[in-house]
Amino acid sequence: MAGAGGGNSDVQWCFSQVKGAIDDDVAEADIISTVEFNHSGELLATGDKGGRVVIFQQEPESKNQPQCRGEYNVYSTFQSHEPEFDYLKSLEIEEKINKIRWLPQKNAAQFLLSTNDKTIKLWKISERDKRPEGYNLKEEDGRYRDLNTVTTLRVPVFRPMDLMVEASPRRVFANAHTYHINSISVNSDCETYLSADDLRINLWNLEINDRSFNIVDIKPTNMEELTEVITAAEFHPNQCNTFVYSSSKGTIRLCDMRASALCDQHAKQFEEPEDPNNRSFFSEIISSISDVKFSHSGRYMMTRDYLSVKIWDLNMESRPVETYQVHEYLRSKLCSLYENDCIFDKFECCWNGNDSVVMTGSYNNFFRMFDRGYRQDVTLEASRENSKPRSVLKPRKVSTGGKRKKDEISVDSLDFNKKILHTAWHPLDNIIAVATTNNLYIFQEKLN
Amino acid sequence: MSEEVDGTRTAEEKQEMEDKVISPEKAEEAKLKARYPNLGAKPGGSDLLRKRLQKGPKYFDSGDYNMAKAKMKNKQLPSAPTEKTEITGGHIPTPQDLPQRKTSIVASKLAG
Repeated sequence: MAGAGGGNSDVQWCFSQVKGAIDDDVAEADIISTVEFNHSGELLATGDKGGRVVIFQQEPESKNQPQCRGEYNVYSTFQSHEPEFDYLKSLEIEEKINKIRWLPQKNAAQFLLSTNDKTIKLWKISERDKRPEGYNLKEEDGRYRDLNTVTTLRVPVFRPMDLMVEASPRRVFANAHTYHINSISVNSDCETYLSADDLRINLWNLEINDRSFNIVDIKPTNMEELTEVITAAEFHPNQCNTFVYSSSKGTIRLCDMRASALCDQHAKQFEEPEDPNNRSFFSEIISSISDVKFSHSGRYMMTRDYLSVKIWDLNMESRPVETYQVHEYLRSKLCSLYENDCIFDKFECCWNGNDSVVMTGSYNNFFRMFDRGYRQDVTLEASRENSKPRSVLKPRKVSTGGKRKKDEISVDSLDFNKKILHTAWHPLDNIIAVATTNNLYIFQEKLN
Repeated sequence: MSEEVDGTRTAEEKQEMEDKVISPEKAEEAKLKARYPNLGAKPGGSDLLRKRLQKGPKYFDSGDYNMAKAKMKNKQLPSAPTEKTEITGGHIPTPQDLPQRKTSIVASKLAG
């Protein structure tokens, strides 16, 4: 059965790998909180609630198995953030990694930005495969030699050693956010980046960590008048002066930094008009945008709200050009989803390499792909049951009517604790990374 | 037979059915209001947002605790215990509410 793929309606997805523990008893620290491919797709980073980052590297394709692209294996892992305590407010600062963003590669080392609620860090990941040997004053194990035994002079040489991957924090960007950071985005100029919290957006220079510029501030003078918060922000992929930020009210504002230092006046505001007759208690909550992503081309942007994914043409502010329903059957379950707080779940979304397909997660470990060209969509599942190597994923279906066909699952049987909030698509190939609560699944396109 | 049944439905019932068919959201809203009659009329408003801004476990502060205890003696607290409109910031934690201390840092299972 056809899946959704890059311009080809016959793409089938196969299980490739799964990372993480099998047991059902999930420690909170193991909950995956972000997934991101680097710009070449060779590296895949994950962050978790315990403040740890794990980076996987793709193995080069082997001649023995031309049918599949290389597997991802652990390259480096480190503790990015640690729990902190704000003594003034008597509040704990979680070490959970909210976002990871890779810098484009400029030299042998790789750089990424990782952030928790309050602090952003720039990490350098470098390889070491040689070490100096033959020191005059030290033994090989580091102990100092007895100077009486030194009778000759030699020049130390570099000898090959087992590959060691080191992660070191190069910059710590702290104390610039009163509220919780939800987004970071590297500018196409590769010199600056933005960080956004609930009410403010700051602009940083990657080299300077003791100063940042505030470029958006939506905090009202009287907090009683607070009506919306910033939910996500991103720089345009090639226009270094442009960025967008989304709100809890379902609007997206595009700002041009050339217009003024403080971009409180938006250049464009994207908002779909709402039918006042259909307004309910839940309307604003489900319209809150949980993620915004520019297309690779920079012509479009995608937003994710609770029930749908919308594609916007940057040239048209009045309404989205495409709307895809992720799980419309949940509209008649909003009461219970409000009670169990699921209505506040923040789903992310992503584009494939050539912007022809978009993907987002849902409940019951389902995730959805929408092929924009072929107007097809598919629901797939990330589960250990479908984890035989190279087994093709079977499309799943949720039955909404009274009659449930065989192999369909009814809405009431969906497991709302199994949510896929974070997904990522390889920038060039049909390889996707899908995070369940504590496992990372990697799926690849079936190659014949 | 079906015509007879249709004919006996009142105009009101027809309107209600239409409403439910047109807007499952409104039906869900009615359900919610039935369960939480004290729910504020403006849901997306300041309360919900301020609750969101204050996310994070609040730790025991003896000053806050004693002030709250003193206030409680003088004023009768509203009865509803877990209302959706209440901001978590209004709740002064007691020693029993404190979450357990975090366990020491171990390696991620994704790397195992």
